[in-house]
Amino acid sequence: MSPVQEKTSITRKGPGARQLVEKIMNMIFLICGLASILFVVAITLYMLISGLPAIREVGLWNFLAGTVWAPTASDPSYGILPMILASVIGTLGASAIGVPVGVLTAVFICYMAPRRLLPFLTATVELLAGIPSVVFGLVGMILLSPMIARIFDLSSGATLLTAILVLAVMILPTIVSVTITSLRAVPEEYVHGSLALGGTETTTIFKMNIPAAKSGIVTGIVLGIGRAIGETMAIIMVSGNVPNMPNLFGSVRFLTTGIVSEMNYASGTHREALFSIGLVLFIFIFLINLTLNRILKKQPQ
Amino acid sequence: MTINQSAVLRERAGGRQAPSSLLTTRFRLFDLTMRGLSLLAGSLTAFLAVGLLGYLLVRGLPAIDWTFLSTSPSALNKTYGILPNIINTVYMIVLTLLISAPLGVGAAIYLNEYARRGPLVQAIEFTTETLAGIPSIIYGLFGYICFGSIFSYSILTGTFTLSIMVLPTIIRTTQEALRAVPTGYREGAAGLGATKWHLIRTILLPCCKNGIITACILSVGRIAGESAALIFTAGIGTSLPRGILRHTLSSGATLTVQLYQYADRGLNDICFGIAAILVLLVLALNLSTRLLAGRTRRED
Repeated sequence: MSPVQEKTSITRKGPGARQLVEKIMNMIFLICGLASILFVVAITLYMLISGLPAIREVGLWNFLAGTVWAPTASDPSYGILPMILASVIGTLGASAIGVPVGVLTAVFICYMAPRRLLPFLTATVELLAGIPSVVFGLVGMILLSPMIARIFDLSSGATLLTAILVLAVMILPTIVSVTITSLRAVPEEYVHGSLALGGTETTTIFKMNIPAAKSGIVTGIVLGIGRAIGETMAIIMVSGNVPNMPNLFGSVRFLTTGIVSEMNYASGTHREALFSIGLVLFIFIFLINLTLNRILKKQPQ
Repeated sequence: MTINQSAVLRERAGGRQAPSSLLTTRFRLFDLTMRGLSLLAGSLTAFLAVGLLGYLLVRGLPAIDWTFLSTSPSALNKTYGILPNIINTVYMIVLTLLISAPLGVGAAIYLNEYARRGPLVQAIEFTTETLAGIPSIIYGLFGYICFGSIFSYSILTGTFTLSIMVLPTIIRTTQEALRAVPTGYREGAAGLGATKWHLIRTILLPCCKNGIITACILSVGRIAGESAALIFTAGIGTSLPRGILRHTLSSGATLTVQLYQYADRGLNDICFGIAAILVLLVLALNLSTRLLAGRTRRED
């Protein structure tokens, strides 16, 4: 092949065909880009269509504020307040444990750990992030549950507390990795400034770097909350799954586990009510996402 | 995760003696407490991970032998082989990636190379964030009503559901890789008269190869670890494939779903066997993303 021919390889097809290919590829990439929008719209529509009938039938107030969930009773009652409260308390409890431990772990990895330990420490965080939720559930069920039962002298260790502890471990890696990322982004000048003003290293870390990385850390917390409130399989294995009003040492049912535990035999209004639980959960997640979006927008890129 | 933070702070907060600043003594208690707590938290996290890994391997590895890996469960012999579940998991991974990898890479290319900042891009980015935040149980419900009504409980239903679920992972990781390609490459190609598609095909995609592979590995992790989205979409079948294509239309439990089924029936040893396999898979995936990241850095 002569050099001239080689050079024309780009334009071999001729200008017309080339433009056509360009247009087609442009269209294909545009369609790929639109897929996300399409999927979110479809999921929202499906959740609304399948979730609304039962709410309309039971009544919004009875559904959200009813305290008795007895869908198979002769006089069925569809109150999901216990599940909403269990989800909210479970998530908050998990954050109350997971956030401080996660942020402090991030500080340790970022500023204090010996350099030689770093690959090992990040590997442990990555491992925790990768372990499937059923495996967390299994360990919670076999190891943690009996432990809790023994410590607090309960007949069963399948309690809200067990669920909170398992969730706390599960959101830990999210919080650690997001916090590390945002601590890394703190400008070096801040550190020099703080040290020059006579702050010690620890003061600098906790009174300068952490406040400076605040929005990033909050992002991590919100992501962790999102993960905790949507977690299903680990919870169903450790929480006992009875729709009681939440009690730290009692068996509870979360919104997510409420759906899974009855889906395979529910029918009629009962089945529709399960979809309504899904809709309530979806709305929770949507609010969390909106919050996240707000935080991210405030944050300069 | 790469750590590349304040060298000053690391060096001084790490081992060496604190400098004799005027305020040092006044803050000593605070310093000591916070450093102690950080050390405690760091060790706790490391201990949790190592402890979990050790516990799962110690309890799980004895359950794994050749029969366990190479047979299907048999009620007659009271054996619980997981071969069908391994096959189902592989099916799920391959089919899901076949759908979501091209779609996600395409979306990332559109966002980075074609689109101009505007309402459309904002909408795509917002919806991608939303998809990433939707919990798997909601995907499960959606897949159950949407795809389940067409294909009933089948691997295909599960595949479609998971393809949407892993899409944000693929889009984001590919976008990061695209951003790392120097602008000079694009300018150079444009200067030589290359069209956009030619630029993407011959320069951007080869440059992003490692990034795209990383995206796929991350997705494999999510697919293999997924359970809530699969129970009501792919179902809990444990039959061996009777035909390569026909199997996609039959119900099939992946390893995680099977673990849950066995846990429900109290077969703990089998559960730990599956859990050990899953954790080893996670370790292998993490290791390979690390190696890839290292290689990418060296190539730069």
